[in-house]
Amino acid sequence: MEDLSYLLVIFQNSVNFNMSNTTDQPIHIPNHNIEDNPCEKPGPKSRMDLFLSFSILALQGFGGVLAVVQRELVEKKKWLTNEEFVEQWSVAQILPGPNVVNLGVMIGQRTFGASGALFAVAGLITFPLFILLIIAALYTGVSDQEWIQSSLKGMNSVVSGLIIATALKLASALSKNQLGTFLGMLIAALSFSAVALLHVPLLFVLVVLGSTSCITAYRKTLRFDELEKDKNKKSQVSREHKS
Amino acid sequence: MNATDTFYSISMGVMDWIHLFLHFCELSILAIGGAISAAPDMHRYLVVENHLLNEAQFSSSITLAQIAPGPNVLFVSLMGWNIGLNSAGGIQAGWVAWSWGLFGAVICLTAIMLPSSVMMYKVAQWGHKNKHLPGVRAFKAGLAPIVIGLMIATGWLLQKGQHLDSSLLSLGASWSLTIISALLVWKTRIHLLWLLALGAVLGGMGVF
Repeated sequence: MEDLSYLLVIFQNSVNFNMSNTTDQPIHIPNHNIEDNPCEKPGPKSRMDLFLSFSILALQGFGGVLAVVQRELVEKKKWLTNEEFVEQWSVAQILPGPNVVNLGVMIGQRTFGASGALFAVAGLITFPLFILLIIAALYTGVSDQEWIQSSLKGMNSVVSGLIIATALKLASALSKNQLGTFLGMLIAALSFSAVALLHVPLLFVLVVLGSTSCITAYRKTLRFDELEKDKNKKSQVSREHKS
Repeated sequence: MNATDTFYSISMGVMDWIHLFLHFCELSILAIGGAISAAPDMHRYLVVENHLLNEAQFSSSITLAQIAPGPNVLFVSLMGWNIGLNSAGGIQAGWVAWSWGLFGAVICLTAIMLPSSVMMYKVAQWGHKNKHLPGVRAFKAGLAPIVIGLMIATGWLLQKGQHLDSSLLSLGASWSLTIISALLVWKTRIHLLWLLALGAVLGGMGVF
């Protein structure tokens, strides 16, 4: 009986929590709760699965792999949610080095450690490298030809559309961010204008806007944790009352 | 264009290869925002100062890597490939040139990926272990909107960058294609390769 009432309190808490989210409370459950139960979430089954999955997505990536990664790993395989993807992508981007390779290292590390990272990166590189070198060996000077240049222009137009669409999809993840949807959108708009319209150097944007945003998120995280603690205390008290 | 025009002969000793390897290792750690952000420095080192590549080889390495599938960083392997070919006296040397090309590609690609990947690995390990810390959660949450904004900026600049000398008509056609493909990817599950093929065909027909 005691167990049941405890469950009921948890259930009520979670309902309350959801309700408070639909009002203007911009605080959310951080998604590490999901990661704690890896069995509930699909992930790479083996190192070979990692290698092949990354090979397949790399081979589709003409003019950049970003849009394809989101499609394959989030929408098709569901290894990551949009929130997790945007989190991991931001870390991959802020650290030096090729972004997609960084992302491969991170996803590989999370599942199979060092060998996982190695298999993911090998998957990204091996087949495309092979294809590229064959093209280079066979068609020296092909990139100077005009029709190649103009098809490349057309592909560029598509790729920029793909990247923008990926960003729009990921923007839905902002509703689960500690910052809240409104503040998140505002910061996204500011960083877009700074880089695209005002041509502010990236480093400057990251330092100024990044630190402001992270400090705000830190405060909200602390406030959220305190609320959680209070809630747990209350539920404990009510449990003791009942028993 | 004749193939022999684009190659020239250089001599590469062991020390030259080691220097090349170390220079790309250095760039790996400095290249925030992807390997392409280090391209200007690569140009300085490879073309201007050490004459390992000529201008045509440098720019075709970047373009060719864009035509082929795969991560953008592969353009670095083409630079290594060309350096290898040059060190063998050009592609006319046959299998010798091909092996040196492969060697150069592996050297450059390894150097540009290894240091940053090791760093990423350590950070990922630490971050995963400490993912419950408020600081780590706040860091990830705070960066998310910035990265989304930057992503849209990337698409925007990529689109704008190709119109230095285009007419108003081609500008309109190219932006329409961008907007249509963005909407299709956002709202439908159409395969991305169809859109890329469409772009390539329209471009090849000279629409832009």
